[in-house]
Amino acid sequence: MATRTETMTVNMGPQHPSTHGVLRLVLELDGENIVSSDPTIGFLHTGIEKTAEQKKWQQIVPLVERMDYLGPQSNSLAFCLSVERLLGIEDEIPERVTNIRVLIAEVQRLSSHLVWLGTHAMEIGAVSVMMYAFREREQILNIFEMIAGFRMFPSYLRIGGLREDLPRGFHDVLGPFLDKMSEKIDLYEVMLTKNQVWTKRTVGVAKLSKEDTIAMGLVGPLARAVGVPYDVRKVFPYLNYSTYDFIVPTRTDGDVFARYQVKIEEMRQSVKIAQQALKRISPTGVYDCGDYRIVPPPKDRVYTEMEALIQHFLIYSQGFNVPKGECYVPVEGPRGEHGFFIVSDGTNRPVRIKSRAPSFYACQALPRMIQGGLIADVIAAIGSTDVVMGDVDR
Amino acid sequence: MSSDPARTDASFLDLVRTAVPGASIEVAPRIDMPVAIVDRDHLVDVCQTLRTHPDLQFSVLLDVTAVDRLPAAPRYEIVYLMVCLGPAYGTAPARRLRLKVQLADDSAAVPTVSSVWPAANWAEREVFDLFGITFEGHPDLRRVLMPDDWEGAPLRKDYPVQIRKDTASWSPMQLTEEQFAANMRAAREHAARAARSIRGDK
Repeated sequence: MATRTETMTVNMGPQHPSTHGVLRLVLELDGENIVSSDPTIGFLHTGIEKTAEQKKWQQIVPLVERMDYLGPQSNSLAFCLSVERLLGIEDEIPERVTNIRVLIAEVQRLSSHLVWLGTHAMEIGAVSVMMYAFREREQILNIFEMIAGFRMFPSYLRIGGLREDLPRGFHDVLGPFLDKMSEKIDLYEVMLTKNQVWTKRTVGVAKLSKEDTIAMGLVGPLARAVGVPYDVRKVFPYLNYSTYDFIVPTRTDGDVFARYQVKIEEMRQSVKIAQQALKRISPTGVYDCGDYRIVPPPKDRVYTEMEALIQHFLIYSQGFNVPKGECYVPVEGPRGEHGFFIVSDGTNRPVRIKSRAPSFYACQALPRMIQGGLIADVIAAIGSTDVVMGDVDR
Repeated sequence: MSSDPARTDASFLDLVRTAVPGASIEVAPRIDMPVAIVDRDHLVDVCQTLRTHPDLQFSVLLDVTAVDRLPAAPRYEIVYLMVCLGPAYGTAPARRLRLKVQLADDSAAVPTVSSVWPAANWAEREVFDLFGITFEGHPDLRRVLMPDDWEGAPLRKDYPVQIRKDTASWSPMQLTEEQFAANMRAAREHAARAARSIRGDK
């Protein structure tokens, strides 16, 4: 009897628990092998970019934090830097504010990588890692609650500075946490790096060549896993990253395991940068640029001085005008280069803001990663790219 | 930082002018990176040169987006953000560049650059989806973020923002009787084949 072969089309997602939200993959299968795939996105499209065009500049900070919801303060940092460049006030930002921003960005990267590690390991089968990673992430969220009263989307970084000063006892909480963190990362590595179950699921899986990675516009951990040591913090330094001591970890294999190794090493570097930043920050001090056309005056002055009350009222009712022009100042987010292209026509609302979303391009590259592989490895591939659907769909 | 003139120096564009004769490359005011406005007809050639020229090597296309400047003219600007990674990948110095193409209205189409950078595929689909701008020669020009049956281009300035639209509804997939029977038959055959292969029959 002649055997007949035909391919089968299987729909994976958008409600699949391992697709990191609402990613839908239409897979064409030959047995267990993937012949072709078509990612379908847009299920989480909320039109944040259109909404932002109706809002005043300072009202957009909480909006952009909701794009990449695992690394919210990287989004607001990128947005604030772009607006500050356009306003021409970036040289007026005090050193202390810059250091606090570095600290927040690195702690945010740590928190984002912890969620990635926990969910990625859980999807491949190492459920206990999730418990450990989320334990530490919970502590980071408590720290964010301490500085801003909000765990997921603190909106602590504002155009022109920070929302308020650091809370009392901040150093006493964050310092010990960072000191213990490198031990905790060792613990994750004990559970995974030499674990045969883990290496069999990750080594050589979902490979992407160096040329493909660059051609698909992937810059960030995915590029560093194929041996491209490009990090915005080193190549186009922003804030005062050039004064910090850290290295850019790279691997050359370009498989799921290499991405895992790069991100684990990135967490160690983030801890290192955060510790350096914490040493430089005084417990109290200036927390904004002091230009009361852009940042509201302190509350005690608003309640006692007429002039301060007027400035406070103007900022919250009319906002501030941003000079005509356009600007793009990227940062190294947890998922790669992330920046906001902003266009202003000189009024208090933007003409256009556009997020350069690293997850969008990672999602686009998925078919190249999983082609010819097994269907079970699709889960490992999605996990390793660390896509956040809020960032993809915006 | 902002006062670093090397970051905004656009003199390397002369290399492109030499390599693509006839292309109009106009340098625009800039505060963050060099900005150049190219004409539509030479866009692909200019992009190809930017990517492959040994002294430029803009190997990564970061983003493609558009700006609707209604009521100003020309109305649309298509914006290409690109970066040369420097010693990390290649030999040319690390640089950024913002390339722009201006369009008077949406009847004009822009040639696709997805043959130069495959990353442009989805990025151009997004611009097509949200601005309704067509990309000539694009391999797969469909909506990417909005539903397939959506009307209008939401990010245009003349797209109404405060009207209520009925949500499109879909009826569940219905099979005809023949399709159902064929499916059942295929499933039975599959099960029989699997059983035979387990028993080791020919």
